[in-house]
This record gives sequence, C-alpha cells and structure tokens, in this order.
Amino acid sequence: MDIPYTSQPRPDTGIYNAKVGIWLFLASEVMLFGALFSTYILLRVGARPEDWPTGLLNVPIGTFNTAVLIASSVTVVMAWASLKMKQFNRFKLFQAITVLCALTFLGIKSFEYRDKFTHYEVWKTDGTRITGHLEGKPMFMTLEKVKAAGKESILFTPDLHHYSEGKKAMHERDHGDHKAVEIPVAQIKRLSAFVPAHSTYFAIYFTLTGLHALHVLGGAVVMAYLFGPGAKMWFTDPDRLTNRVEVSGLFWHFVDLVWIFLFPILYLL
Amino acid sequence: MSDHTDDISKHVRGYMIVGGTLLIGTILTVLASYVDLGHEWNIVLALIIATAKASLVALFFMHLISERQMIYVVLAFTAFFLVGLMFLTIGAYADFPPLTTTR
Repeated sequence: MDIPYTSQPRPDTGIYNAKVGIWLFLASEVMLFGALFSTYILLRVGARPEDWPTGLLNVPIGTFNTAVLIASSVTVVMAWASLKMKQFNRFKLFQAITVLCALTFLGIKSFEYRDKFTHYEVWKTDGTRITGHLEGKPMFMTLEKVKAAGKESILFTPDLHHYSEGKKAMHERDHGDHKAVEIPVAQIKRLSAFVPAHSTYFAIYFTLTGLHALHVLGGAVVMAYLFGPGAKMWFTDPDRLTNRVEVSGLFWHFVDLVWIFLFPILYLL
Repeated sequence: MSDHTDDISKHVRGYMIVGGTLLIGTILTVLASYVDLGHEWNIVLALIIATAKASLVALFFMHLISERQMIYVVLAFTAFFLVGLMFLTIGAYADFPPLTTTR
C-alpha cells in the first residue's frame, strides 16, 4: 500500500504531508527552546553580576563554529536545490559537506566542553575566589575527591583575572605564564570545575548548548542517512527523496536559527 | 517556493548572497559586543542583529517568503504562545513579593 501525499501535495493543505509534520514539530521546538530561553532570562536577571560569568567562553572559537553552521545551512539548501535541478552528484557533494560541517561543529563543541571540565574555581574560606587550572588538568575534581585522596593541599595555576572583574578584564591577553600556587585544603570552602553544578550560568549554558548539540547530532545522522543508503531512492522515487531532503533541511535551518541566538547571549553578552 | 528548475537555479545565487550576509552579520555581532554602548543597549543591538539573521534564515533558506497559508497559520499560533511565554517571564520577574530582592 502506498502512503499518500509523500511527494504530491495534499489538496486541502496544498503541501505534502511530511512538510506539515516537520513544521508542526518545529513549532513544538520553538516552544521548547523558548521555555529554556525564558529560563535563561530569569536566571540572568536574578543573578548577582559578580556571579554571572562574562568573557569566560572563547569568542573566536564560538564565532568559527557559528560560521560552520551558517556554511552548512547554505550547503543543505544547495543539496535540495541540486535535486530539484536533477543534479544528483552535486546533491551528494553538498550533502557530504553538510554532514562534515555538522561533525566539525560537534568536534569543536566537545573541545570547548573539555576545556570547561578542566577549568576550576576555588572558593576560599576567607571569601576570595580564584579561577584557574589544577595540576595535571584533571576533569570533574571536587573538594570531596581531593580530601578522599588524602591530599592536604592542591597545586593551582590561577587565571590572570576572575570573571567577576568583567568582560573587559577577561579579554586582556593572558600569556599563561602564571606560577602555580599551593593552596592548603583547610583554606578551601568549595572547589568546582565549570560544570552544570558550578552555577546557574553553567547549568543553563550546558542545558542550552547540550540540547542544541543533540539536535545537531540528530540532524547529522538523518543527513548522513540521506547521503548514504537513503540516496538510493533517487532511482525509484526522486520526488520523494527531494522532499525528504527538504524536510531534513528545514530541521537543519532551525538548528542554525537557534544557534544564531545562543551565540550572542552565551558568548558575547 | 516555485518548483521549476529554472526558478530554482535563479534562487541558488540568492542562497549564496544570504549565506554571505549571515557571515557578515556574525562578524558585526562580535564587533558590536566590543563597543561599550551600556549593557542594556549592547543586549538590544545583539538581539536586533540576531533577529535580522534569523529572519534571513527563515525567509530564504526555509522558504517562508513564499510558503503555503497553512504553514503561516501554524507559525502564527507558535508566535502567539512564544510571545505569551516571554510576557509571563517578564511578569514573573516583576511579581516578586515585597521585601524580596534579586539584587
């Protein structure tokens, strides 16, 4: 039995069914990310300025990743246009570039995540706070783990500035030639890497970027399928394949659209 | 969007132009963040550029500039509820009981 309206428009809507489906799905996605954006707003306006990090994320890397997503948005629409123009080989080329862009984005994002998991803040018992790196750059270290390891002090290489000093101070070039200092465990109130539990900033940062990265991954899997085994449909039902590529492209553009807002609010403001 | 091959090939150049504009918009967003306009105005400017970029993606890449009415109806409902959600957020912030503060 043939599924109706997979390639021909349905008379009452004027469009094929998958397109109606993807737009309804995207509408629900708008509300999902909208709820998280409103959460971001509430957390941000409710935070003390000194507790809301600015200038902590790497702007050149974030900018490059934005450019990668924009480039992939162009190639995904070009892949669809190539099928419309009956240029199957061109479609394969653009689809491959799109998948590569998606993997590049995820690779860079995981590099950024790793950087945060090895970056620490120390709250000292005298009320001062310093950020920097632990000796050996371990991930997910906490004060409890340090104590459990029987250590009486930690070797800590502090950053040039603490994020509470503001964006201008954070953008000062850090030559990284700071000397490690020894901090006795007795003087440490809290030790945390830049993980979701660190602060509301990192909680919402990882929620938003993590959810977005899952969307990138999902999109990449679908587009890789349409590049590989799914592309065989071109020889049996080309219109249906073209529509599938259009629908996956619509999802991909939405992923790009979300990042267009995430980039400035998380990296720049 | 029209499905004719000739029309599509005409649109291809448009996609390139939109892509280039988005890249320029990204650079503008970064440069604008280094200009000290006061924190609030920096936010407003960044969101204006982001909205302009998002509009370009929606209108040209997602073909909303020439889509069927049904899609517009779906998006009108979405926009209504999204705006409502944001108003609720602002309302919640303005509705802290007396003697509580967030600052």
